[in-house]
Amino acid sequence: MSRVTKHSKWRYVLLGAMTWLAAFALPQTVHAEYADVVINNYADAAGIRPVVFPHWFHRIRFRCKVCHADLGFQFKAGGNKITMAKIIDGKFCGACHNGEIAWSVENCAMCHSGIPGTPTHFHGSTVQRLIAPAYKPVEK
Amino acid sequence: MKLRSKSVFLGFALTLAISGPACSQGFVEIHAGGVEDMPLDYAPEYNPVNEVAAPVEEVIRLAQVSGANDFNRNLKKDKMRNPPPPEDGIHDTENEGTFVLMPPLEAYEGLPPSDFGNYVDWVKAIDEKKIAPRWDRIDSSEEPFVMDMDIHRPVKASVPDVVFPHRQHTEWLSCSNCHPAIFIPQKGANQINMSAILLGQKCGVCHGKVSFPITTKSCKKCHSKPKPADWQPPLSEATLKNPWR
Repeated sequence: MSRVTKHSKWRYVLLGAMTWLAAFALPQTVHAEYADVVINNYADAAGIRPVVFPHWFHRIRFRCKVCHADLGFQFKAGGNKITMAKIIDGKFCGACHNGEIAWSVENCAMCHSGIPGTPTHFHGSTVQRLIAPAYKPVEK
Repeated sequence: MKLRSKSVFLGFALTLAISGPACSQGFVEIHAGGVEDMPLDYAPEYNPVNEVAAPVEEVIRLAQVSGANDFNRNLKKDKMRNPPPPEDGIHDTENEGTFVLMPPLEAYEGLPPSDFGNYVDWVKAIDEKKIAPRWDRIDSSEEPFVMDMDIHRPVKASVPDVVFPHRQHTEWLSCSNCHPAIFIPQKGANQINMSAILLGQKCGVCHGKVSFPITTKSCKKCHSKPKPADWQPPLSEATLKNPWR
């Protein structure tokens, strides 16, 4: 009997340790805002944190058209190949983040605030949430 | 009672002692120790308060049978709606700038709520003039060119038909954002299905990424026109060949 109790006790200890690990040591579950974009095309390689772009903050101030039509942002995470060179030339983010419309590029840590190693992605997108691949319709 | 329960307990323990190590090696043995000796009228007398230890062991052993069957619960509710950047899991807390960023809830105060996405109804927010996003990068007085034209799209399946409202879309976007790259501006020229949308094409270029997502709760936002009362779903060929008997 004591053998069994010991056995199950260790199971509990192991379970507790795993729960603790899941809760604290492993990366925490992501609860980021819907439509937050992590952009890590070049950041990791350049030794700086990836960029987190909050759509919610920007859509309160500008309609989609301003960035996606006038400034030429493609509708694709990481699809614009934005570099700091382009930004200081007044392209992409640099069209506003120039110290005139919004704060300027010296505030590195405001954009480059993501956890290092996070891949380029759209947070909370449908593609991310699919458990099985989307149904392939019958071709006729 | 006392003696019987003692032997029941002993039986439990004995079986557990024997089968315990076997279970840990992946054997499945469902012997409820002592049950065979029980008289039929045992159940009414059974008092679990006196025998806490034995049932607990039993529960653990049953769980070993297959962990897959433990799954019988509702999905967890997301308690962390709109967390501030340091707690959202994608911002680095080692980065000082993270703590300067505005928490979303600070911005969302007073905005009309919704059940999905940012939990803010952005279109309603513009309609109610709760927010005033600029149409031009510099000139805040420029107004969008709003076109109020609904496109009715019949749907083959039994879900309500789709009504695409240009008005809400032209509040945010210019024509060139969608036409002609994503949608050919011509009747019948665009084949759309939900699979494509879920994979990020057609409507899915924005819906499911930035504008409201595709969830069970949001179906009716697009599928908004009920089918005619006499509408019947078309029978598939398999059913026509092999009708119900």
